[in-house]
Amino acid sequence: MDTTDQAANGRSFGKGLGLKKSLMTLAASVMLATSAQAAVPATAEVNTTGLAVTDDTVTVGILHSITGTMAISEIGSVQAEKLAIDQINASGGVLGRQIEFVQEDGASDWPTFAEKSRKLLRQDNVAAIFGAWTSASRKAVLPVIEQYNGMLYYPTFYEGLEQSPNVVYTGQEATQQILASIDWAAETKGAKSFYLLGSDYIWPRTSNKIARKHIEDKLGLKVSGEEYYPLGHTQFNSVINKIKLRKPDVIFASVVGGSNVAFYKQMKAAGIDFTDEKPLLLTISVTEDEIRGIGGENVDGIYASMKYFQSLDNPNNKEFVAAFKEAYGDDMVIGDVTQAAYLGPWLWKAAVEKAGSFDIDKIREEFAGIEFTKAPEGYVRIHENHHLWSKTRIGQAQPDGQYKVVYETEELMEPDPFPEGYQ
Amino acid sequence: MKSSSPLKWFATREGLYYVALAVLLVVLLPLALDPFRLNMVGKYLTYAFVAIGLVMCWGKAGILSLGQGVFFGLGGYCMAMFLKLEASTPEATAIQSTPGIPDFMDWNQLTELPWFWEPFHSFSFTLLAVIGVPVLLAFVIGFAMFTRRVGGVYFAIITQAIAAILTILIIGQQGYTGGVNGITDLQTLNGWDIRTDEARTILYFVCVGMLFLCLFVARLVQNRKLGRILVAMNAQENRVRFSGYDVAAFKIFVFCLAAAFAGVGGAMFTLIVGFMSPSFIGIVASIEMVIFCALGGRLSILGAVYGALLVNAAKSGFSESFPELWPFAMGALFIGVVLAFPNGLAGLYQTYVMPLEDKIFKRNKGAQLEAKPAEKTAEPKPTAEKTPDYDPMIDSYSPEKS
Repeated sequence: MDTTDQAANGRSFGKGLGLKKSLMTLAASVMLATSAQAAVPATAEVNTTGLAVTDDTVTVGILHSITGTMAISEIGSVQAEKLAIDQINASGGVLGRQIEFVQEDGASDWPTFAEKSRKLLRQDNVAAIFGAWTSASRKAVLPVIEQYNGMLYYPTFYEGLEQSPNVVYTGQEATQQILASIDWAAETKGAKSFYLLGSDYIWPRTSNKIARKHIEDKLGLKVSGEEYYPLGHTQFNSVINKIKLRKPDVIFASVVGGSNVAFYKQMKAAGIDFTDEKPLLLTISVTEDEIRGIGGENVDGIYASMKYFQSLDNPNNKEFVAAFKEAYGDDMVIGDVTQAAYLGPWLWKAAVEKAGSFDIDKIREEFAGIEFTKAPEGYVRIHENHHLWSKTRIGQAQPDGQYKVVYETEELMEPDPFPEGYQ
Repeated sequence: MKSSSPLKWFATREGLYYVALAVLLVVLLPLALDPFRLNMVGKYLTYAFVAIGLVMCWGKAGILSLGQGVFFGLGGYCMAMFLKLEASTPEATAIQSTPGIPDFMDWNQLTELPWFWEPFHSFSFTLLAVIGVPVLLAFVIGFAMFTRRVGGVYFAIITQAIAAILTILIIGQQGYTGGVNGITDLQTLNGWDIRTDEARTILYFVCVGMLFLCLFVARLVQNRKLGRILVAMNAQENRVRFSGYDVAAFKIFVFCLAAAFAGVGGAMFTLIVGFMSPSFIGIVASIEMVIFCALGGRLSILGAVYGALLVNAAKSGFSESFPELWPFAMGALFIGVVLAFPNGLAGLYQTYVMPLEDKIFKRNKGAQLEAKPAEKTAEPKPTAEKTPDYDPMIDSYSPEKS
């Protein structure tokens, strides 16, 4: 690969000098890593199962909702995946091949996700799929991906209870988000009672099941209430009254989507000031993306447990945020899932290059132990259960819609999709 | 009117339309498409069942139902429950807290199979339920509405409300229904893996077969006195009532018939797509189904099949080519169709293609009569006499003109 080539690719997504420089270093490091392999390996060797791999290109699929109710959440993931693909291409591609992508729209409709994933695997023969967002869409595509032996890189934090050989979960499973944050609330904030509140579907229910077990059985503290509201629910007055009556130390919230707007506005209208921390509100569902919809002034002072915040202070993240804004505009915010989506193409590249092949079966053998040191969230590594080792971080929401990191676990948390004692 | 010889019927103009559809579905599409695309055509065809039902119910009898997704979904859920139980053997679900129940029940802390799931262990019960459950619900709704002479817009609103209620119910009771995820990961039907290409191709042909069965049932109804009464009811309900007919009974019948078709379509959908979710029951899905019917031509059962095929093919095609713009393309298509040809494809066909056909047919008829005069005289009812009085694509009656 020569420099003119690189410059041309660099232009396609970023014009900043700093960015180009960082790309050069990136490219250099990749060249070092791949210099062991003499030349670009022959297509027949690296692709024995008929994937869409040619001598200079490899095709992957991107499958998210870019229309419908989920579009607002999923577009960030699409942008992050495209950014990662552009960057990988600028640094020489994967096994000497430039990545091309086929993008399909899941349209916020789970059957459409299934149809499109089948199309990507059967018609386009993609080497990897970066996509799915909600649990429902993942559940819809899972049988298809397993049947045709594809590989899905799934970015969202989710409920666990799943470990498919055909999925890499680049978000955190439930225990990675919950356990450390509850410990933090109990130890640092001296919380004794928790009120669990969520939207009514599988992820909040499973998350609260784990939270309750941890609070009651492991910590010996009290759960003063547990409630669920239908997706899209907008009347939270009764639960706010109950909360005022029972005075829990912590509201543990997993309300999703549009309900959040009503929930936080009504809390504020009811005179609850989150900055007082009486009660303290700890959420596992509000990222920077959601705050844009809710309004920073309405969530000022809440705490969120995530693995990534846009404000993380490390060189990787600064580069990532700069590149993202360069590509998509200065007013972009980056939430936890967007960052996890960005990891997908990079982890796939690392696995392909470690396996020396695009074959799904060969890549699968290599997942355990694959690292990505340039991850914006810091360092990540793939566990043999196809989830990522990652840190749990607590951020406090600021009026400007950003989180200020107040705590992070010292060690990487081990992913445990089937946590014993929490079932 | 029945033809004296079934074979002769295929040579009539109406028969030829059916033959053409059969050739398209059984010969041309399977030859032209790979198994993946053929499977998608199979999926589109399952919506055609609903569209045929809507032609009978809305086009003929004038009962606009905006809740056909309910019946489609119920049929689909019945089939999905059977398949899910088959997939949830204690061995396959050994990692759960309670092995042997569907996975989503386990996630929702259920420890035993709910009573209403039990009968779905039986395949014959399931087949019965696929038609029985939608028809029963349609009967209850129809009985409650039509005997009280609720009709028109009010009926449409109520069916829409029922679609909304059922969606909320299914999403809310996720421990029993799979919630918003639906019932996923269906694998085998009586031990037969429905996920392979061969199985999908076979299911496609089964679907085509069922579709023709429904078409013939619909045709039987529309060509008899029964069908005429339905049309008459649409035009002048009171005159039909004063003539001594029980209007409510006819309405309940046609509504149940449409529900039965939709239920069969839903069950085929589950088999072909491999899962069922509440998104097919909701208001949007139900209205889409009305659009298939409107686009095809709401007075023609064959038009409805083409409508369902075309709209869905366009939807897939647009969304693959322009992932970010496709909803606009679909919207433009619908608006265009409604403004330019309110009678749908069938209306278009009748206005522009049929006059051409008439010329050809007349010429052929003349030639035939000259060539085989002996045979014709032996025939009690010559085909030439029969053809003009039956117009297969559009009934001579049009509600707009009345």
